[in-house]
Amino acid sequence: MTAPMLELKGVRTNYGPIEALRGVDVTVAPGEIVTLIGANGAGKSTLLMTICGNPRPASGSITFEGRDIVSLPPHETAKLGIAQVPEGRRIFPRMTVFENLQLGATLSDPAHFETDVAYCFDLFPILKQRRDQRAGTLSGGEQQMLAISRALMSRPRLLLLDEPSLGLAPLIIRRIFDVIAELNRSRGMTILLVEQNAYHALKLAHRAYVLAQGQVVMQGGGRELLANPEVRAAYLEGGSH
Amino acid sequence: MARTLPDRLKDAALAAFVALLLAVPFIGLTTINTDVGLRVATRWDWVLWAVAIVFAGRILFGFAADAVSTRRRRTEARGPLVSEAAGRTLGKAFAAAAIAFAVTLPFLPFSDRYVLDLGMTVLIYILLATGLNVTVGLAGLLDLGFVAFYAIGAYTFALLAKFFGFGFWIALPMAGLVAALFGVLLSLPILRLRGDYLAIVTLGFGEITRIVILNWQSLTGGPNGVGGIPRPTLFGLSFDRRPQEGQQSFHEVTGIAFSSEHRMMFLYFIVLLLVLVCAWAVWKLRRLPIGRAWEALREDEIACRSLGINPVLVKVSAYATGGLMGGLAGCFFAARQGFVSPESFTFIESAIILAIVVLGGMGSQIGVVVAAAFIVLLPEFAREFADYRMLLFGAAMILVMVWRPGGLISSREPTLTLAGGKQPAESVVRGVGS
Ligand SMILES: Nc1ncnc2c1ncn2[C@@H]1O[C@H](COP(=O)(O)OP(=O)(O)OP(=O)(O)O)[C@@H](O)[C@H]1O
Ligand SMILES: [Mg+2]
Repeated sequence: MTAPMLELKGVRTNYGPIEALRGVDVTVAPGEIVTLIGANGAGKSTLLMTICGNPRPASGSITFEGRDIVSLPPHETAKLGIAQVPEGRRIFPRMTVFENLQLGATLSDPAHFETDVAYCFDLFPILKQRRDQRAGTLSGGEQQMLAISRALMSRPRLLLLDEPSLGLAPLIIRRIFDVIAELNRSRGMTILLVEQNAYHALKLAHRAYVLAQGQVVMQGGGRELLANPEVRAAYLEGGSH
Repeated sequence: MARTLPDRLKDAALAAFVALLLAVPFIGLTTINTDVGLRVATRWDWVLWAVAIVFAGRILFGFAADAVSTRRRRTEARGPLVSEAAGRTLGKAFAAAAIAFAVTLPFLPFSDRYVLDLGMTVLIYILLATGLNVTVGLAGLLDLGFVAFYAIGAYTFALLAKFFGFGFWIALPMAGLVAALFGVLLSLPILRLRGDYLAIVTLGFGEITRIVILNWQSLTGGPNGVGGIPRPTLFGLSFDRRPQEGQQSFHEVTGIAFSSEHRMMFLYFIVLLLVLVCAWAVWKLRRLPIGRAWEALREDEIACRSLGINPVLVKVSAYATGGLMGGLAGCFFAARQGFVSPESFTFIESAIILAIVVLGGMGSQIGVVVAAAFIVLLPEFAREFADYRMLLFGAAMILVMVWRPGGLISSREPTLTLAGGKQPAESVVRGVGS
């Protein structure tokens, strides 16, 4: 295996007395799609946010491309090429779609702004039609597409996605997962994906981790976990897939 | 929603019953002085009247409340007063007309000292509110102590003039810079605060500034203030009838007959220039990354950070920019009055400036202009009502906020539109149709 792009070792994150992460080891190799599944409150979002730099871990190490990033605040990790699509989309509601994309490009070279916008509009043509509409008036699915596009505008090398399928119709979910696969295939983008929609997410993933109560309880290839009876029982049976 | 008549009657009867319970002891029984001492008398007729009034009042109130809420619902559904595209054209037209009016005002037939003075007051408030609009309207950071920057700008000029003999034009940028510096100082301790705490700290900043000025007798003259602040000159030309030693005066050099109104006109144009420059600067800044970052911060701080925007820089720059404009306004205020004292910088000023920003619709420059004119001119027009002026003023503000909860200009103008003048509305319609 090549040197990992992102490596977490023994990461512990607390919110006051609450231990959200209790010694997590996760690695992501360049060009991989890694999926993280787990029940509500398992600490998935906390893990992504800890990678970004807020909250800071109480102990453990996080390295990105060989560099220790534990002490960096979010706007610094963003500069290194890590983009996060946060839980709940967090688009800028009073600004237009286009302005949202512009803010996404804060860190990138203005020279390739037009190309990147065109690329996003290619991925999600509906956004082109909604270009000058206020983002807050977009549908939930469109907002998710915008959130992903906004993150892509910085040309990240590592994309962190927190539940991109949350609250979306099956057809839109498929579109979103298609785009994730496409980003990985044609752009070689490395992706760490947090999902409740375990079926789609595991099918897509090269490797996957199962998180429970702040700890990794299982890991393996995506399809391997998908076939695992325990995983099926906990995250798939009776679920919507 | 529409309640039936029996419902209303029942509701009113209940209110009347409560009124009856209260009215019997409070109104029905009264003490009267008689020869043999205090005696209790009854006034049941009064009680009946009170109950009847409450009954009728409750019914009327119910109708009124329904009317208001229907109206509110309609306003919300209707969104902005005009469509966005039309609003943009209208906005441009309004801006052009307002500027044209402001520039020609001193030459209009009805213009006199009083009108010019009022015009200057409106312009000062526009300048102040333009500054506060950056902090509160664009960056979404509450500031209840904005008057501090106004005071700092005014005192910077007053003290520079008193101790070093500085003139207005040199003091102006320094007043702006000093106030901006204080903006930075204020922003540092409150970077992590939000909501109520932010309100308290900024309020404290405003009061502390005023109290320091009030008590630092040796420097600021305390409650006596600082006087003898020099008048601005036009490229060294004074507007006095008899200029100081070594100065030339405007009327001597130009040969135009002396008129004290010229100085007023000159001051008026200075503040108009300041307003235009600051409004233009804000307009420009909104289109630059820093301005966009202000607005993004207002919308979502967490998203900002994950996009690589450093919230510290954004907040500091927002307070500094707001402070700078407050300082410029203060410097002009000192020049216009020729005298500054702490009385001019009380909390009510902060409240008025904030009211202008909120009333104008947070973040809208045109809104600021309209609201400033409204807030400064309304009490003037209501002068005949003497003591009831502030009451009327308050009532008018409440009515406006009921009518337009988002402020006069509540829709935010995008900083970018489609190239080629295509209206966004069309593209949306096409999007749906295709
Ligand atoms: N800001 C916070 N303050 C205190 N506790 C928090 C905070 N954020 C998260 N937690 C707690 O940390 C634990 C992990 O939360 P986290 O959001 O990481 O879960 P999650 O796996 O993303 O869940 P979900 O699937 O519901 O999004 C939860 O018990 C949660 O209550
Ligand atoms: Mg979560």
